[in-house]
Amino acid sequence: MTITARSDASGNPPGTGAPEGGSTAGAAPEAAAATAAAADHRIRDGRLVPEVIRAEFPILGTANAAGRPLVYLDSASTSQKPQAVIDAMDTYYREYNANVHRGIYEIGERATAAYEAARGKVARFINAPDAHEIVFTRNATEAINLVAYAWGRRNIGRGDVIVLTEMEHHANLVPWQLLVQEKDADLEFIPITDDGVLRLEVFEVLLRLKPKLVAFTHVSNTLGTINPVAEMTRLAHEAGALVLVDGAQAVPHVPVDVAAIGADFYVFSGHKMLGPTGSGALWGRRDLLEAMPPFLSGGEMIREVHLRRSDFNEIPWKFEAGTPDIAAEIGLGVAADYLAALGMGRVREHERELLEYALDVLQREVPSIELYGPMDPELRGGVIPFNLPGIHPHDVAQVLDRSGVAVRAGHHCTMPLHERLDLAATARASFNVYSTREDIDALASGLKEVERLFAG
Amino acid sequence: MDDLYRDYILEHYRRPHNFGVLEHANASHEGANPLCGDRITLQLRLIDGRIAGVGFTGRGCAISQASASLLTDEIKGKSVTDAAAMKAQEVLDLMGIAISPARLKCALLSLETMQLAIAEAGVPAGQAPTGWAPPGVKAGETIPAAARPAESEPA
Repeated sequence: MTITARSDASGNPPGTGAPEGGSTAGAAPEAAAATAAAADHRIRDGRLVPEVIRAEFPILGTANAAGRPLVYLDSASTSQKPQAVIDAMDTYYREYNANVHRGIYEIGERATAAYEAARGKVARFINAPDAHEIVFTRNATEAINLVAYAWGRRNIGRGDVIVLTEMEHHANLVPWQLLVQEKDADLEFIPITDDGVLRLEVFEVLLRLKPKLVAFTHVSNTLGTINPVAEMTRLAHEAGALVLVDGAQAVPHVPVDVAAIGADFYVFSGHKMLGPTGSGALWGRRDLLEAMPPFLSGGEMIREVHLRRSDFNEIPWKFEAGTPDIAAEIGLGVAADYLAALGMGRVREHERELLEYALDVLQREVPSIELYGPMDPELRGGVIPFNLPGIHPHDVAQVLDRSGVAVRAGHHCTMPLHERLDLAATARASFNVYSTREDIDALASGLKEVERLFAG
Repeated sequence: MDDLYRDYILEHYRRPHNFGVLEHANASHEGANPLCGDRITLQLRLIDGRIAGVGFTGRGCAISQASASLLTDEIKGKSVTDAAAMKAQEVLDLMGIAISPARLKCALLSLETMQLAIAEAGVPAGQAPTGWAPPGVKAGETIPAAARPAESEPA
């Protein structure tokens, strides 16, 4: 059989299973209501108004040493933060800095309430059935490691198979390499086409190996490919495998509904979705999380400790040993509300339009440019890897920098993918809600300058 | 104009000196910056304790390639001991541009690769192979480097 990754009639990206954009906010009615008034001017005729949104990100008003305004096109590395997120962290430190789940005093109770409210906001944002299924982590990497250690060590044995893809970020590859080395198990990989789309017909063959786990990215951090996660999850489940989805590049950019996707674990980072660094989450099915042994151990994750044994806390606190990054997770909750108010359907549409514009402008203005990844914007998030012939991406990025244009250059933590595409490195431009056509124009004119300099 | 991409740096990048496979090399190392994908193979012909020939191949950014071009010019004829003792600052002085911390690895890849080639050839500091020469090659003779691949030529 063939599986198309095209979006459905409502214009949603494949595999998200989410209804029309605004209703992501509908999953969080109170949050949406709270910010509805503030959101109004950011949305016009059902579309985002990036000029208005930009004003809410203080860093976008800054300039480099040469006085060139910042053109930030590296959001796939980390996103910028709106004032609301910065304020939330600032307020915590200024007004109610205290540890959580401990203090029998006013600010301690306020800190606990804010921290747990953030968990609820994150749960609603991805439509998790139960906020207790949200484990706060430092980032997606830590969340994947948590599953690899706590679930993997207990459930993966000699000769077992884990299926990954050729397009995984190192974060969703190396933890599994370590696990299979320790357990004498095996890794298999879903290959990609030259356009960077998963070859699902091969996936179906790999499923005959009866893998214990299938782990794949929702949106490729390098190529932008949007994978049909709901369909892939269904196929994996039919073969008896559990499914982990790396949503680090999806949660900030497309509507994500973990209940509709139906996976067993879904992980993401806060700092890529307008939230602070040090914030992130693992969503996992309650029964799986409850059966898993702890990952890190120490304070907070226990119920009773005796000298020679301990009873562990309930989920999610069983997996949150030690004092967490309280301010960051509170900030993450605010970021989730911020995106929910914009509406993830609208965010996706904004980035899809921008991608379409960028692919067109770059090819027209810079005819020599080599672009990688699927050329159909319906199959792709706001990520554009590229090269200029004969010019190393580091030089491209360095020369763009003097125009104030920030792009990433290198292998973007996907060395096997670059090997597969026979590329030493690429430059990469990536968007977020605050990105504009002017950013793309600045990139195109910067690239022309790069070509002029190196042509000489 | 950008300090990093001065004309002579770009000139060394477009037409690097000593680029190509060195015949009768007796020391060689492949160095890489995995983070950026810079990769060079640097070959040496060591005769009587001196660097009689040097060549490099590979691909990378302008900074790594220009630094390899400048460094290979500099070490030709030098004693192996002196080349093995070269400091990073000497390479940066050769380049004559301000290198940001993020690009330091690019600028110093050729130096590190050259010194590893010498170390792997089994030359302890202060002592270099003497009396060795490949068949048919006299000490000090240079072998023309191969032409740079066409796709790297300037437009």
